[in-house]
Amino acid sequence: MLLKKQNIERDGSGTITLFPEEPEDMWHAYNLIAVNDLLRAFAIRRVTTESSTGTTKSERVHTLLTIRVTGLDFDPQAGQLHVSGRVTEENKWVRVGAFHTLDIELRRDFTLEKNEGWDSVSLDVVKEAIRQDKEGVVPAVVMQEGIANICLITEHQTVLKQRVETGIPKKRSGRSADHDKGMVRFYETLLDTLKRHIDLAQKRPLLLASPGFTAAGFKKYIIDDATRRGEKAIMANKDNFLVVHSSSGHLHSLNEVLKSSEVLNKLKDTKYARETRYMDDFMALLRQDDGRAWYGPTEVEKAVEKGAVGRGGGVLLINNSLFRSQEIGVRKRWVALVDKVKEEGGEARVLSSDHESGKRLEGLGGIAAILTFPLEDLDDEEGEGEAVENGVDHEAVI
Amino acid sequence: MSRHQNLRNLDLDDELDDFDGGEDYEYDGLGDGAEELSEEDQENMRVGTIAVREELPPQASHVTDKQIREALWHYYYDIEKSVGYLVSTYAAKPKAQKKSKAQEVKKIPVDEICSKPFSFADFFKDTPWLNVPIERQAILIPPLCPKGGLLGGSSDGAPKISKLQALAAARKKKALEQKSSNTGIEQPMASLSLDQSASGSSSEKTTTGSSSTTTFGTRAFPIRKRKDSNPHEKVPKAPHDREPDLPPADVQMEMEPIDQAEPSAFANTMFSNASSPPPRRFESFFTLPYMNAATPTSTDPFAGPSPDDVVIAAQAKAAGKGGKGPPKTNGQKKVDQIANGVEALKVDDTPKATSKNLDVLAEFKKSKSKNAANFVVIGHVDAGKSTLMGRLLYDLKVVDQRTIDRYRKEAESMGKSSFALAWVLDQGFEERSRGVTIDIAMNKFETEKTSFTILDAPGHRDFIPNMIAGAAQADFAVLVIDASTGSFESGLKGQTKEHALLVRSMGVQRIIIVVNKLDTVNWSEERFMEIQHQVSSFLTTAGFQAKNIAFIPCSGLLGDNIARRSTEAAASWYTGPTLIEELDNSEPIARALDKPLRLTIGDIFRGGVQNPLSISGRIEAGSLQTGDALLAQPAGQKCFIKGLEIDSEPVDWAIAGQNVTVHLSGIEEQYLKIGDVLSSPSSPIQNIKQFTAKVLAFEFLTPMQVDVHRGRLHAPGTIKEIVAVLDKGTGTAVGGKKKPRIVKPGQVVRVVVELDVVVPLEAPARVVLRSNGETVAAGLLE
Repeated sequence: MLLKKQNIERDGSGTITLFPEEPEDMWHAYNLIAVNDLLRAFAIRRVTTESSTGTTKSERVHTLLTIRVTGLDFDPQAGQLHVSGRVTEENKWVRVGAFHTLDIELRRDFTLEKNEGWDSVSLDVVKEAIRQDKEGVVPAVVMQEGIANICLITEHQTVLKQRVETGIPKKRSGRSADHDKGMVRFYETLLDTLKRHIDLAQKRPLLLASPGFTAAGFKKYIIDDATRRGEKAIMANKDNFLVVHSSSGHLHSLNEVLKSSEVLNKLKDTKYARETRYMDDFMALLRQDDGRAWYGPTEVEKAVEKGAVGRGGGVLLINNSLFRSQEIGVRKRWVALVDKVKEEGGEARVLSSDHESGKRLEGLGGIAAILTFPLEDLDDEEGEGEAVENGVDHEAVI
Repeated sequence: MSRHQNLRNLDLDDELDDFDGGEDYEYDGLGDGAEELSEEDQENMRVGTIAVREELPPQASHVTDKQIREALWHYYYDIEKSVGYLVSTYAAKPKAQKKSKAQEVKKIPVDEICSKPFSFADFFKDTPWLNVPIERQAILIPPLCPKGGLLGGSSDGAPKISKLQALAAARKKKALEQKSSNTGIEQPMASLSLDQSASGSSSEKTTTGSSSTTTFGTRAFPIRKRKDSNPHEKVPKAPHDREPDLPPADVQMEMEPIDQAEPSAFANTMFSNASSPPPRRFESFFTLPYMNAATPTSTDPFAGPSPDDVVIAAQAKAAGKGGKGPPKTNGQKKVDQIANGVEALKVDDTPKATSKNLDVLAEFKKSKSKNAANFVVIGHVDAGKSTLMGRLLYDLKVVDQRTIDRYRKEAESMGKSSFALAWVLDQGFEERSRGVTIDIAMNKFETEKTSFTILDAPGHRDFIPNMIAGAAQADFAVLVIDASTGSFESGLKGQTKEHALLVRSMGVQRIIIVVNKLDTVNWSEERFMEIQHQVSSFLTTAGFQAKNIAFIPCSGLLGDNIARRSTEAAASWYTGPTLIEELDNSEPIARALDKPLRLTIGDIFRGGVQNPLSISGRIEAGSLQTGDALLAQPAGQKCFIKGLEIDSEPVDWAIAGQNVTVHLSGIEEQYLKIGDVLSSPSSPIQNIKQFTAKVLAFEFLTPMQVDVHRGRLHAPGTIKEIVAVLDKGTGTAVGGKKKPRIVKPGQVVRVVVELDVVVPLEAPARVVLRSNGETVAAGLLE
């Protein structure tokens, strides 16, 4: 994304003109544009005119439209963003109040004016979006016998490209050949599909994750296949095919993949590896159950109120899906929370909801915090509940 | 009452005309109007009728007074309009007129009409095609325990006559054949009664008896008649032996009488006039054989035929047999033609095998097979599970010496000579080359008392999903523990513990602990006792009862204390049973035989040239037999059983607890996945997206992503909510209304799990929740 023009006042009002360059930028735009914002972009609109004799003529016109956003639709697989809204500036073709859905297009700039002004979080998103030193896209295949998920790990999102599923006969006495044949067929289908989405010859890591030996078997199959076909580029690239352990072939096993040392060596400090680490740290603390890790909106808010998420190790983990809320009040609430944490010297980490780590956080209510000092009973409305629970804990735990 | 009259008076054209004009109102208005006309109306009607008569053109002169009156009523005595209507309706279509003539004929009392030849076309005359009036449709109540229906044969032919119509045709035909003697209709139905609860064996006997005589006696008939699942056509011809009265008479006492011996249900609908007996409940009009159990009993003891009638009927039948029945009248021929047509329609494209309509439960009781028991062999990786089972099979001569020698040679050439016995079970290329069991291996062996199925589970942590699949099928477990120094300790931390917890939470009560590789520690009793002490204390905390735990010291590689007693002097301290003896002590497990069918697909494969699609799995509940219809969930696809195999032997039926191979027809492979559930279409398993479960936490639980496992089925999901911590003993929620933030290992909690995809699950299924390669919880669906 390129920043074409920035015109922001001290009070946060003003416009920003951005120029999306790659599909990933659509994701940023999706996080930036909120309901009730003013969006100005090029549009193609079909205009029907009626002549004096009653004949109608419709033509497609290219025009610049300004709309007040009423809804967003983001397709991560295709990297497309559709913004619907009502026209606010009249022109030759369109009346005020007419509905239009703008397709944000690559290499066409758009201008955005925030309804509520530009707050810190949205300015961070812009900063993130226009950063030039981008991390590359890493393709990954999470698989197990008969199931494979082909996905792309980009800086900000994990895009599931395709799921491959084939039936593999299980092992039965006297028919072990069936199973082996089924595996070969599975590898074959998977490789064909993979090649359609990813250029295997490209010099970048390809993660192959599975429990057991499936991934290793697949790597071997890729290389054998390339040898057979004489595809030298793939053969030369074989060091980039990383076989990683995961506990299952379901997509959420990607968490484990990003933790593994093989991957961390190759992709040291990428955003998604970092995010995964944040989540793991939090979970480890939560397990200790010493009152330093809390999750859930109300609990975290209380903790921040008490100043527990501040200087000296206070960390706020927040999912960016919370900022995407359709209600303005909700968004403001979280922005204020982030600002407060930053003010107190704590760290606010906005996790991408489109990564697996973000999905884990989403399970916890989208927000979690590591406190600088232990707090109890953040989830208590009335104080007396604690004694009861503690007593029970001792009894139930073996 | 008035409705029936209306029905009788209706004709096709009339009804179609009225179709879009609120027909119910029309019927009612008409019926009531005819009876309750005021005097003024009656006068109007009379005058109007005369006027219309006069106005009618000659080609419409055959219109009856009644029709005129109807027309007048509808047009409110407007003579012109009535005439117009009558002319357009009746004069334009002389055929319709004929029908209305025929209607007049039908008012003749029933006895008279019965003796006349009956035209089949008339029979359906006023039933619009595929639009049977709602009053005439039988209300089908699904049978409690469907045995592959008598009507099943026609269920998938695309162009076909409806079942009801086919049934009616068959019944009509039979009624004609039997017109001289009013033999009851019940006998054929009784002999086919599927009500096994009443008297499984006796009704069974009659079924087999009558069907066998049928096959001998009806050689002259086209054989495809057998395929026609409608029993009514052949049964009347069946009792040509001279003593048919005994079994039917017996049966008649047991079955509930269905009062339709004379005039048939259809005759009632068609022919009864105002003086005919009051209408019966609609169920009894079209009594289907299925409905014996469901139909409310009508207690008219004389409705059925007397034994004398039965004899007379049989004699008449036998006499008619020689001359190929009485000479056929035209009407009869027509009936036959149509009936044949119906048959032809049905016989075409029936891909499924014919059901034998066995009473599987009765068959099962008769078969008196040995006790069947499945056990899963679990333990840490490299504890020697596969080798132990290989040794067991070898010692019991299930595997011959030559095979073992071959394996030994091959294993030696790969530098893994100690794996030779494991190769009996580890047959995959990958498994052998890596020396690790990957998937469950299933093998059978028999002792004098019991026939066992071994489920050899993989020990490696990556393949725990496969182990779960195996444990889900097991009745009890054999836990193999490596006694060699260091291995036991690492195993107890590793999969020994996880496996034991898993099998326990999956409902396994009994566990046999095999302390293996004792030869490596020179059969040290001390070591054995140490292991026994540690393991039993762990198992009791895991919830196994002390009486269900047994310890056996042995050596899988050498075969001590497996099938034979150890000959080692050092092992003489052990005097307990060998592994085989201990296995034999297992008690038979009660199975859910009479529940609706549930079969989780364990494998999908090509069963051979003739069976392109076969599945195997263990029947969890219920029973099935060749020809049954099944519903595959979550795809929601119906399919049929083409054939059944147990241990590679074709069988006709299978029952809960058995591992069965099912050859399917009528379904594509793409609709089936391993882990899908086959259930009976009448009481199918539901697909769900979210469930509440009571689970025992093995690890810390927060709202998190998990894999949900149930046998072979596994699906990604999320713990959405932790509802409450439960008391271990009572199961009641503790800790007040506060929701727990994090659950510690060992706590029992109620959680809500949301799945990413729909899966067929139902309470009380046992599920295992795993996350990041660890089992985090296991429990019961609520």
